[in-house]
Amino acid sequence: MELVCPAGSLPALKSAVENGADAVYLGFRDGTNARNFPGLNFDLDEARQAVKYSHQRGVRVFLAINTYPRPSQWKKWCRAIDQAATLGIDALILADSGLMDYTARAYPDLRLHLSVQGSATNHEAIDYYVRHFGVRRVVLPRVLSLKQVQNVLTRVEAEVEVFGFGSLCVMVEGRCTLSSYVTGESPNSSGVCSPAKYVKWEESSIGRRSRLNGVLIDVYAPGESAGYPTLCKGRFEVGGNIYYAMEEPTSLNVLDILPELMRAGVAAIKVEGRQRSPAYVAEVTRTLREAIDSCAVDPETFSPEVRWVEQLDKMAEGRTHTLGAYSRPWQ
Amino acid sequence: MKLSLGPIPYYWERQRVFDFYERIAYTAVDIVYLGETVCSKRRALRLSDWFGIARRLTDAGKEAVLSTLTLIEAESEVSYMRSLVENGHYPVEANDMAAINMLEGVAPFVIGPHVNVYNNRTLELMAHAGARRWVMPLELDHDSLAALQVGRPAGLETEVFVYGRLPLAFSARCFTARAHNLPKDDCGFRCADYPEGLLLRTREGESFLSINGIEILSGDTYNLINEVGAMRTMGVDVLRLAPQPQGMLEIIETFRRVMEGNLELSTADAILAMQHPDGFCDGYWHGTAGMNRVHNVSQ
Repeated sequence: MELVCPAGSLPALKSAVENGADAVYLGFRDGTNARNFPGLNFDLDEARQAVKYSHQRGVRVFLAINTYPRPSQWKKWCRAIDQAATLGIDALILADSGLMDYTARAYPDLRLHLSVQGSATNHEAIDYYVRHFGVRRVVLPRVLSLKQVQNVLTRVEAEVEVFGFGSLCVMVEGRCTLSSYVTGESPNSSGVCSPAKYVKWEESSIGRRSRLNGVLIDVYAPGESAGYPTLCKGRFEVGGNIYYAMEEPTSLNVLDILPELMRAGVAAIKVEGRQRSPAYVAEVTRTLREAIDSCAVDPETFSPEVRWVEQLDKMAEGRTHTLGAYSRPWQ
Repeated sequence: MKLSLGPIPYYWERQRVFDFYERIAYTAVDIVYLGETVCSKRRALRLSDWFGIARRLTDAGKEAVLSTLTLIEAESEVSYMRSLVENGHYPVEANDMAAINMLEGVAPFVIGPHVNVYNNRTLELMAHAGARRWVMPLELDHDSLAALQVGRPAGLETEVFVYGRLPLAFSARCFTARAHNLPKDDCGFRCADYPEGLLLRTREGESFLSINGIEILSGDTYNLINEVGAMRTMGVDVLRLAPQPQGMLEIIETFRRVMEGNLELSTADAILAMQHPDGFCDGYWHGTAGMNRVHNVSQ
C-alpha cells in the first residue's frame, strides 16, 4: 500500500520525500487545481525541479488538474495539461470528463487518475471512466463505509486510493457548492473552499466572531481556540439548538483500520493537506510511513501505537480525529 | 419553451405524494421528474407506485421522467438504479455517472444537475453517450451557458433550474438525524416531519441553509423569473421548478404566464414573493455568490 503525500511547495515536497512518501501530489499555481490558495503550488520550472528531485529519490509525482473548466477557461486548462505532459510526471489527476477525453486522445501514454472531485462513489461510475479514458486509479470520496470500499474493490478494474489522514470533507467532493453559494468560489469552479479573502474576524466583548462574506460562521468564547471558518464546520442554530450542525472541526485518521484497507487491496493511502506547512507534512508522512510499514509486516497483530495517534492528533484539525464515514456510527 | 417540475427533494408521506401529482396532472407543466433522489432509505413509494404516477401524468399529456439517486454508495442502490434504467417505458434522469454508465447505448436519457457538465467537450461526451437533454449545473452562470449553447450538440435540449431551494451539497451523513441526535441507521424517518426541510440559521438568526436528510439546500429560494426572456433568446428549451409543499400551483401558473408573455414581471415578482417570505437569491446566474440577490424587484 503506497503512501501519497501532499506538496503545496518545494519545501513541503522535500519533507514528504525525505520522510518516506512513495508518491507526492502537486498542482500548478492557478485555478486548475483544487487547492488554489495564495502562495501555494508550482510554476512550470518549480514543477520540473520537483519531478527531478522526487525521481532521483525513487518517489513518484502526481499532478492534479482537478477543477472543472467553464467554456472561457477551457483553453487554459488544456494548456496546463499540455505542460504537464512535458514534465515526466507519473500520473495526472483529473476530475472533468471533457479534460479526460482531451488527455486520453492527445497523450494516450499519460497515466490518468480520477480525482476525488470526480465524485465516483460506486463501481458503475468508476467503470465509465475506465472504459472511456483508461483511468488507472480512482480516489474515492470520503463518504463510503469500510464495507462499501471493500465492495468497490471487488468490482473495479482500476486501482483504488483512499484518504488516510487530514481535514475531513463531510460532503461528497465534487458535489458541494456551499462555498460558491456564500462566496461565488467553489472547489469545482475555483479550486477553493471558504476562501481566505472572504474571511473576516471580529473581536467583541462576548468573544471572537468569524465571518465568511458576511455570514456568521462561528462565535468563540474568550479563551476558546478558534478554527478556520470552513463553512460546514461552523456552529449554527437548528431547532433552537446551537451546535456543529454539519461537522465539527476534526481530522480523518485511518490508523485503526489500516489492516482492513490493506487486506481489501487498497493501492494507496492519501494524505490531505497541500495547504499545510513542510513541518506538518514531515510529521504526518513520518508517522504514517512507520504505521504502514508496521502493518505490512504483520497485519494480523497490527494495532496503532499510542505515540502515532498522539503525534497525528497534534497535527489534526481541532486536535482530534475520526474514522469518518469508514465507520457507520459516524454517519 | 417548456416548463418542468423537478423531483420532490423532501420526504413526503405517501398520500401527500399521490395527491400532489394528481393536482400537477391538471397544471401547465410539460415535463415531470419523478422518484427519490436524496435518500435510499425513504421507501414510502415503491417503484411500481412511481410507475403508476408516471402513467397517470403521461395520460394527462405530460412527459414523465424517472430520476435516479444522486449519491450511490451501497450495492442495493446500484440494483435499484438498474431497475429504473431498465424500466422500458420512461426516460431516465441520470444524477450520477453510474446511471450514465448503465444508460449509455441502451436508452436516451437526461443529464441531471448533479452531473458536472461545465464545458462543451463534456457536453459532447454526454450527447455521444445518448443524452437528449441536460440540466445545467446549478452554480453555472449566464455567460457560461451562452458559450455552451453556441457549441451545443445537435438535438440536445437544455434545461435550467429556475425556481426553488438550491440543492447545494450531499453527504454520507444524515443532518436531520444528527439534529435529533439519532444514528443514521435508526433515524426514525424524522425528515418526514419537515416537508420543506429543517431551517439552519446563523447565530444572528439569519436564515442560511435548509437541512433535508443527507442533503443541504439553500435557505433562500433561487428565482430566475426575471431571466425568462434572456433564456428564451439563448435557446434554452426547458425551465425547471423545484417542488415545494405550498403554493406550487400558483408558482407554475406564474411562470407559465410569464413564458407566454401574459404577465408583467413586477406582478409575477409580487405573486412569488407571497409564497416566500424568507427571500430570494439569483447570484449564480449573474456569476456571483449564489446567495446574492442581483435583480431587485424595484428594477
